[in-house]
Amino acid sequence: MCRIGAIKSRHYVHPSQALLLMQSQQEGHDNSGFAMVMQDLGGIFEAYKHLPTLSLACTDTGLKIAEDLLHAKGFRRVYQWVPDTNRKPGLDIMAMPNYVFQTFDYPEPYRTAEPKVKEELLVGTRLQLRAALEENETGFAYSFWPDVITLKEIGDPRDIGTFFNLWKADDNFTAKVITAQCRQNTNYAIVRYAAHPFFLQGYTALANGENTFYQKNKEFQQSLNRGYIGFESDSQCFLYTLHYLHRELGWPLSYYKHVITPLPFEDVVKREDQQQLLAMRQSLAHLEINGPNTIIGVLPDNTLFTCCDAKKLRPVVVGRDADTVVISSEACGINEVLPDRNWETDIYPNEREIVVIDDTLEVQRWKQ
Amino acid sequence: METVKINDLACNDLPWKIHYDPVRCTLCGSCIAACTFEAIGPKMERRRITYTESETPEPKTRFSAQPVIAQRNVIKNFCRGCGVCERVCPNSAIRAERNPDSRFNVVYQTATASGPKRGGRNNLENQARTLDTIRVGRISQMTDPSLDAQRHTFDCRAPLGRILPAKGLPFQQVGENRLEQSGQTPPVRWIYPVIIGDMSIGALSWRMWEAVAMAVAYLNEECGLPVRMCSGEGGMPVRLLKSKYLKYMILQIASGHFGWNRIIKAMPHMVEDPAGVLIKIGQGAKPGDGGLLMAAKVASHIQAIRGVPKTDLLSPPNHQGLYSIEESVQKMFLSFNAAFKFRVPVAIKVAASATSVSVFNNLVRDPYNIVGGFFLDGIDGGTGAAHDISLDHTGHPVVSKLRDCYLAAVAQGRQGQIPLWAAGGLGKTGNLAADAFKMFCLGANGVFTGKLILQMAGCLGNDHGRCNACNTGLCPAGITTQEPVLAKRLDPERVAENIVNYFLAMDVELRKLMAPIGNSSLPVGRSDCLVSTDKAVADRLQVQYVC
Repeated sequence: MCRIGAIKSRHYVHPSQALLLMQSQQEGHDNSGFAMVMQDLGGIFEAYKHLPTLSLACTDTGLKIAEDLLHAKGFRRVYQWVPDTNRKPGLDIMAMPNYVFQTFDYPEPYRTAEPKVKEELLVGTRLQLRAALEENETGFAYSFWPDVITLKEIGDPRDIGTFFNLWKADDNFTAKVITAQCRQNTNYAIVRYAAHPFFLQGYTALANGENTFYQKNKEFQQSLNRGYIGFESDSQCFLYTLHYLHRELGWPLSYYKHVITPLPFEDVVKREDQQQLLAMRQSLAHLEINGPNTIIGVLPDNTLFTCCDAKKLRPVVVGRDADTVVISSEACGINEVLPDRNWETDIYPNEREIVVIDDTLEVQRWKQ
Repeated sequence: METVKINDLACNDLPWKIHYDPVRCTLCGSCIAACTFEAIGPKMERRRITYTESETPEPKTRFSAQPVIAQRNVIKNFCRGCGVCERVCPNSAIRAERNPDSRFNVVYQTATASGPKRGGRNNLENQARTLDTIRVGRISQMTDPSLDAQRHTFDCRAPLGRILPAKGLPFQQVGENRLEQSGQTPPVRWIYPVIIGDMSIGALSWRMWEAVAMAVAYLNEECGLPVRMCSGEGGMPVRLLKSKYLKYMILQIASGHFGWNRIIKAMPHMVEDPAGVLIKIGQGAKPGDGGLLMAAKVASHIQAIRGVPKTDLLSPPNHQGLYSIEESVQKMFLSFNAAFKFRVPVAIKVAASATSVSVFNNLVRDPYNIVGGFFLDGIDGGTGAAHDISLDHTGHPVVSKLRDCYLAAVAQGRQGQIPLWAAGGLGKTGNLAADAFKMFCLGANGVFTGKLILQMAGCLGNDHGRCNACNTGLCPAGITTQEPVLAKRLDPERVAENIVNYFLAMDVELRKLMAPIGNSSLPVGRSDCLVSTDKAVADRLQVQYVC
């Protein structure tokens, strides 16, 4: 079983907070990995918010392949950060030779292009990178998007933190939204891409649970968008559904819950909007999920949300103080990050709601 | 000594032989009265009788003419093995026995210059069933828990109607968080995933048809199960057409258009829309063959409903005037959609065939979005009447074909846009829930069943060649006859009760299968939860092979 967590704050937060959040829940996960997505970046990346940053773990060969490919497409590197890794012996980590975070300027013809055009270029480029690096596993391109950094590795989260020097907070490497998870995909083969959170075009999703409609979801999603690939984990389906609904269809987030966990028919017929809800259910029947799940998601505007399966079979709790909201599988994680908060205002979301936190940190509970 | 007349029909040429015990028989005549086929009759036989006239035994013998019950060796009246004689005999003096040395298939044709016909069911040989090699093998345990069939809620519903892709939905955003529908979408009904298949009011006795209709109304009104029933080709009682219960009925039209004169005339008086319209193109039991109602069953009330004289009623094998899929879509579907002002889903029923996927592809790509269901009927389906040659030697099993159609939809990203409904031998072992569930997992949205409903009503026929005389109008159970005396053998209330009880049990059983795989809605297309112990089946259906 995994544990998931997310931090959203008015201030820039260092990833050590995410490690802290997850570490206290370590009895609930199996210490097989650590992965996080940082959005709304501060520190050294704050000046480059409008330009795409590539998050890459690779071999030397992989690095060359990636750089050649990006160069050939006309991307111009404007900034590079290589984390100062601590390769001391005894650490439980299956490290890659290189971890590279590079920010690029768009190719010349795209600089004045519409945002949509740029966004398609970025996802297309990442897919090309992924395909080019897949042969001989020379690297893993996790994200290539403005204001986003992704880090994933296999091993003990504590040691991964030590390896990347993440335990010591500083102002250089920070973000206002961090989502994190501490488990590799131990059900099946260990694949770096299979670790949550998953990211696509500004959307992030991570989940604690199993999606027993995985096959249905996958068979349907794989023909919807070229970015819906991989499917190394059944939880990727949650991301693709979120992306499809919110970005491709342009539907409000409030309908996400109606698509993945539709209301029972006996309840729908009592609703004023039954016509819309039934139309959604039947058109997107193959995006319904089943099985026990808690999902945390982030939208391109950095809105953070969480929701559960229709039977509420997995835990989640939302805690906050004046400046920070934390979502966590277990309250002990929040206690580490926000020890002085008023825990009486913690929210334990139910099976028929979405808890949404916008940029003003207002916490809304949307009843399905 | 008389010459042996080898060319005369003898009882041992027939598929069933009557075993009669004159010692136990009291000559009450019940068996003869009950035999609808007149396969047995009274006969005088010369019998040797041993008797004594004194107080101590002094056996004497004499010969006398004795009345007995005997099988008639007349080709028209051959015994069907229905066993009614045995049922009614108070002394267990008579029964029908299967004749393994039957020469019936030969003698029938040599005597009548026509092939044998039967009703009821298709292939009588008992092959291993594909679905019996499949188990629900992906059980939720540990981290993804099984659900509780008794405690949790389950959504056992299936769509009937054309479903638009999400990008085609006419939604407009109103305010920050709300969508409103701004245009019309095709009608879709969410109904129980088991439809009572199309058996016409000519094929069934009016009492049987009424019993099914009563069961459907009860299931809807009292049990909350939105079960729908298809009328079959042959119209409906006008009183039902004008009643609120029409909403539970799917009207069928087939190539004979029987009954549609009355339906159209009733349209202005309808207070509810029907649940759907099903255009029957083909039938799994006898693909490529049209409907057949023998003159024997065209009683006066059938003549009235269908507007026909008493004669064999043959629906042509194809809809006259439809020469292509485009025409069937544009003409026929559009007409029926328009007839009910686009408020009623219109679906198609075809026989499973090597070409089913092509037909399905054409329909799913139709730009008018007016085909609201693809009903695929396989070889093991039932029929009211057909030639043995069609039943025994034409047809295509439904399981792989349904799977092919589903996977064709998947390949195009169009799964669910035309709901798939499957039939043909489902529930043959008596358990429809298991068969239906496996078909859902293979991609069916729902299933339909007819023959099993007859079994619930007390049909004496079986897949081993017993009875199967639905075509004769002489149904010994009163189910498929229009003879008032025979129809009265059937108690409609009891039949309705049986059907209701069966559906209630099936509903529980469906939940007992959904719960262990952890699903609270139907696992349509979830072939990952099936395993097969047959490698060939597993490969063909793309499910996991286990041993």
